[in-house]
Amino acid sequence: MYAFNYHRPASLADAAKLLGSATDGKFLAGGQTLLPTLKQRLASPSDLVDLNGIAELNGITVSGGSVTIGATTRHAAVAASAEVKKAIPALAALAGGIGDPQVRNMGTIGGSLANNDPAADYPGAVLGLGATIHTSKRKIAADDFFTGMFETALEEGEIITKVEFPIPKRAGYVKFPNPASRYVMVGAFVAETANGVRVAINGAGPCAFRHKEMEAALAKSFSADALKGIKTDPGSMNNDIHASSEYRAHLVGVIAKRAVQAALG
Amino acid sequence: MTISVTMTVNGQSVTRDVEPRTLLVQFLRENLGMTGTHVGCDTSQCGACVVHVNGTSVKSCTILAAQAQGAKVTTVEGLAQDGKLHPMQEAFRENHALQCGFCTPGMIMSAIDLVQRNPNPSEETVRHELEGNLCRCTGYHNIVKAVMAGAQAMRG
Amino acid sequence: MTNQGIGQSVRRKEDFRFITGQGHYTDDINRPGQLHAAFLRSPHAFAKIRAIRLDTAKKMPGVVAIYTGQDVAADKVGGLICGWTVKDKKGDPHKAPRHDIIAIDHVRHVGDQVAVVIAQSLSQAKDAAEAIEVDYDVLTPVVDVVTALKPGAPQVHPDAPGNLCYDWEFGDKAATEAAFAKAAHVTRIDLLNNRLSPNPMEPRSAIGEYDPGTDTTTVYTTSQNPHVLRLILCAFVFGLPEHKVRVIAPDVGGGFGSKIFNYPEETVCVWAARKLKKPVKWTSDRTEAFLTDAHGRDHVTHAELAIDKDGKFLALRVDTKANMGAYLSTFASAVPTYLYALLLAGQYTTPAVYAEVKAVFTNTTPVDAYRGAGRPEATYVVERIVEAAARELKMDPVELRKKNFVPVDAFPYQTPVACVYDSGQYAKALDEACKAADYAGFAKRKAESAKKGKLRGIGFCAYIEACGIAPSSVVGSLGAGVGLWESGQIRFNATGSVFVYTGSHSHGQGHETTFAQIVSDKLGVPIENIEVVHGDTAQVPMGMGTYGSRSLAVGGSALMRAADKIIEKGKRIAAHLMEASVDDVVFDKGTFSVKGTDKQVPMAQVAFTAYVPHNYPADLEPGLEASAFYDPVNFTFPAGVHIAEVEIDSDTGVTTVANWVAVDDFGKVINPMIVEGQVHGGIAQGIGQALLEGVVYDKESGQLLTASFLDYCMPRADNLPSYKVGMIETPCPHNPLGVKGCGEAGAIAAPAALMNAITDALGTEEITMPATPLKVWKVIQSRHLAAAAE
Repeated sequence: MYAFNYHRPASLADAAKLLGSATDGKFLAGGQTLLPTLKQRLASPSDLVDLNGIAELNGITVSGGSVTIGATTRHAAVAASAEVKKAIPALAALAGGIGDPQVRNMGTIGGSLANNDPAADYPGAVLGLGATIHTSKRKIAADDFFTGMFETALEEGEIITKVEFPIPKRAGYVKFPNPASRYVMVGAFVAETANGVRVAINGAGPCAFRHKEMEAALAKSFSADALKGIKTDPGSMNNDIHASSEYRAHLVGVIAKRAVQAALG
Repeated sequence: MTISVTMTVNGQSVTRDVEPRTLLVQFLRENLGMTGTHVGCDTSQCGACVVHVNGTSVKSCTILAAQAQGAKVTTVEGLAQDGKLHPMQEAFRENHALQCGFCTPGMIMSAIDLVQRNPNPSEETVRHELEGNLCRCTGYHNIVKAVMAGAQAMRG
Repeated sequence: MTNQGIGQSVRRKEDFRFITGQGHYTDDINRPGQLHAAFLRSPHAFAKIRAIRLDTAKKMPGVVAIYTGQDVAADKVGGLICGWTVKDKKGDPHKAPRHDIIAIDHVRHVGDQVAVVIAQSLSQAKDAAEAIEVDYDVLTPVVDVVTALKPGAPQVHPDAPGNLCYDWEFGDKAATEAAFAKAAHVTRIDLLNNRLSPNPMEPRSAIGEYDPGTDTTTVYTTSQNPHVLRLILCAFVFGLPEHKVRVIAPDVGGGFGSKIFNYPEETVCVWAARKLKKPVKWTSDRTEAFLTDAHGRDHVTHAELAIDKDGKFLALRVDTKANMGAYLSTFASAVPTYLYALLLAGQYTTPAVYAEVKAVFTNTTPVDAYRGAGRPEATYVVERIVEAAARELKMDPVELRKKNFVPVDAFPYQTPVACVYDSGQYAKALDEACKAADYAGFAKRKAESAKKGKLRGIGFCAYIEACGIAPSSVVGSLGAGVGLWESGQIRFNATGSVFVYTGSHSHGQGHETTFAQIVSDKLGVPIENIEVVHGDTAQVPMGMGTYGSRSLAVGGSALMRAADKIIEKGKRIAAHLMEASVDDVVFDKGTFSVKGTDKQVPMAQVAFTAYVPHNYPADLEPGLEASAFYDPVNFTFPAGVHIAEVEIDSDTGVTTVANWVAVDDFGKVINPMIVEGQVHGGIAQGIGQALLEGVVYDKESGQLLTASFLDYCMPRADNLPSYKVGMIETPCPHNPLGVKGCGEAGAIAAPAALMNAITDALGTEEITMPATPLKVWKVIQSRHLAAAAE
């Protein structure tokens, strides 16, 4: 790691101020991606602004038709939450499958979304459920949030404060992990919501995306069979030593079917 | 530039001035001389460095010492109480769940956290929950046996 | 006493320090005034170094010194050596190009050392290493053996034309050709034995320290064989006297072969420590481990098996190209030759075997011994082609094997490839394994899997290995630069407790327990009163180290010899104490007694008398200690059968290991618990090779694409099943313990068993290791198996 300054503000305002005054500052949430990146000397921020001291960023509330998760809430907390398990079991299951137990004890939803790693889990749920991302400045709809590989709609200094998930009629998430890293190689989050069926595919392409053809098919009949014969364009898939784009495109179909089955219980 | 970090490690309050870039595992090994916690990779995957921070398992190579300010940290050195081994330590020895011993501290710390969350785990659960810990010697067979035996002993 | 001796699953003496975090691994050690080393490594697979500029880096905080290859050359430090000289078909020695500890003019693989920074802290050393500027002329690399052998391929070394290290042959070519000419059937197979990264969980580490007052150099390092390292460093690299160098290999966190070798990094630490007169420490990070720890395997092989009309094997013909990497590592030359071709007869009576092996330099990390070393590659060839032959002949693979096994009454059995097998019961192991695996019920299980849309397969591997390496005269005649005896010393203290010194080294194998059991069993001392000392050249007089499953067969046998000497001397002391004739004294279970009387004295009293010799034989030296060396007369030949059963998800290509049975014959077993643990670990590494692991280089750039656990797939707990491990005991007839060795068996047997199961499920031999979901899926697609299963 390169040397940096460390700050642990207690308020959002202080956090924003600290980042603004840094030459090249970065927010630190769970650190499960940022710290490995720094250890490999792949980034050299001048300052790290640790968000974990800001009480209002942490916690889970379920009210009315939504589950709201604070940005620094650990994956393990989401996975273990009885309320989340009851309201959106697929979301709890997704959180319970991120990384490994130790990563889940540190990693946060805000950090995961701000980073938008193509192989991350949470983008699948956010896009699949049509969640709303609350930031220190505004609210951003899931469909507008993920803009590309490691790219989001977040502006410089903007902090995710919480994520609001509408409770769907039913939802399912299944992933096919990369055999080595166990990050997502192909994931599918399928949800039947008040605003229709949503199918988010993560891990497979450079950025999580909605599979419109599958959504249309499932809107007609919410069953695994409805997805039969739907192809995914390999041209839009990632390609690496673990999975060719053709294989990923094939897995999108298989995993999406399994996600539908999971949603149906 | 250094910062002052204070935490409780195995029941003892410790304070050290460290560079902000100091990882918790470096703090333990280099600043405190507690070398029971090991480093086996640079990508947060092997789990040789697992310790408990405020009661849950974390990879001490992927948390800054500064982030553990004020925390209660338990390492493998702090498990035995009054000269009596923790039941999970005993189970590892009894079931030959270690060979070279390098992954063992992290493995035991993960196993204890696992059992705290799943007091009566199935073999499948144990195997899945050990996803964050690599062992190259044992083929995991005896580790799985030991964790199940340790869980039983921890249930009492 | 009886629950501590030979054959008992005694819990390990060494475990307490490991489960309480009190082990002392090399990186746990810090010496006063210690400096830290960081290496600048080549980002290119092949390049000429045009210039290195150190000005900026030297001014960085904490920097004590920066050295390049020119500095090493100026000090006339020798290059690293290969300790085994293989002669090619013409009788010429292999090509062993110079291997500098820091590159001088060329870098030949990604990760090759370009410079070393010595600084007050590791962070400072790394910061400064990044500030070094190097101008490279980047050259076109070659990473695979097939390309490297082609005319016009990039030349890795000017003194190894055509990238050829050697072109070697073994076996009777004429007899083999003749057998093929009359064969009723020939089975042919093309195989890749994938390159592996050993990945012991403890990365390599070293501290060099120099004491000018005594002119003594101490090296703390992660070594499987500290005495051998001392010999190489002294006699070949530095020209230092051996008595002025001490090598300490403290607790070592696994090795699997990779810690046998002499590497540039510990050598640089020693050199720099002597230069700076300060301790210098280096610890590998995992990425460096992937780039620099010697890899294993990497063979490309074509094999042909000639079979007569009754299914008897007539001859085996093997052509192998072995990747040596960029430099010839410490024992690399022996692995694809003497540790490989000599095992190609397998468990069978195949009368003729002929092998040709080309060893090839490439711009990759050096390749050397990795768990099994040559024997897994041989077993993979033999057991894959035998299974393929059974399929072609539409014979049961079990029956075909039985038809060709060396029968129980044929031992000692001379193979056509030099080995004399000591003992074995091959058919018995196969029968027991089939029973444990419920082979009879397989068809039913396959049908059940098919109903779920899944493909099921079963695969066998009847492996043999040569362990207990080895008779010094034999390996000497084959080109080894060292003897392969082992030494042991037993030293009683006056109060009856015992030090046992062994030249073997434990890095997970449990010597501190097993060797204590042997001594306890033999001398009647409780194991808690026995301290086994290993891994320090200043304490252990001599040693050759641990590899090739040799510790017990060779090191344990040395201790048996030493114990015999103790008993012999003890009898004379006891005879004196009991006023009896030495010839009448017998020793049993820790007590000396006079035949036919009730007179007896315990060992502890004899030991006390030896050191407080007030009443003592006049012609006898005081003291009770004995040293012994053991040089075996033959290798040992552990053998056994592993059966793998897999289920494949035809939608995803994911293979699940549904069942694993091993029935091994390791001869006499000292501690069944430890032996089973060794088998488990070996199987996991073998499953890893077949299913998960593989080093991948980019063909164009020569970059290592699998340089971390994010891309190199290590076996995890949920990749693996629980194993059913059984044993039969056919003692080795030629060593005093009757033991054969168990450390590598699993890694030798597992890849062939698993790939035979996968190819059985898929109905084609056309898949290479590791059989990743991607590869399996491709086969399923090409064979339309998914549709067939539905």
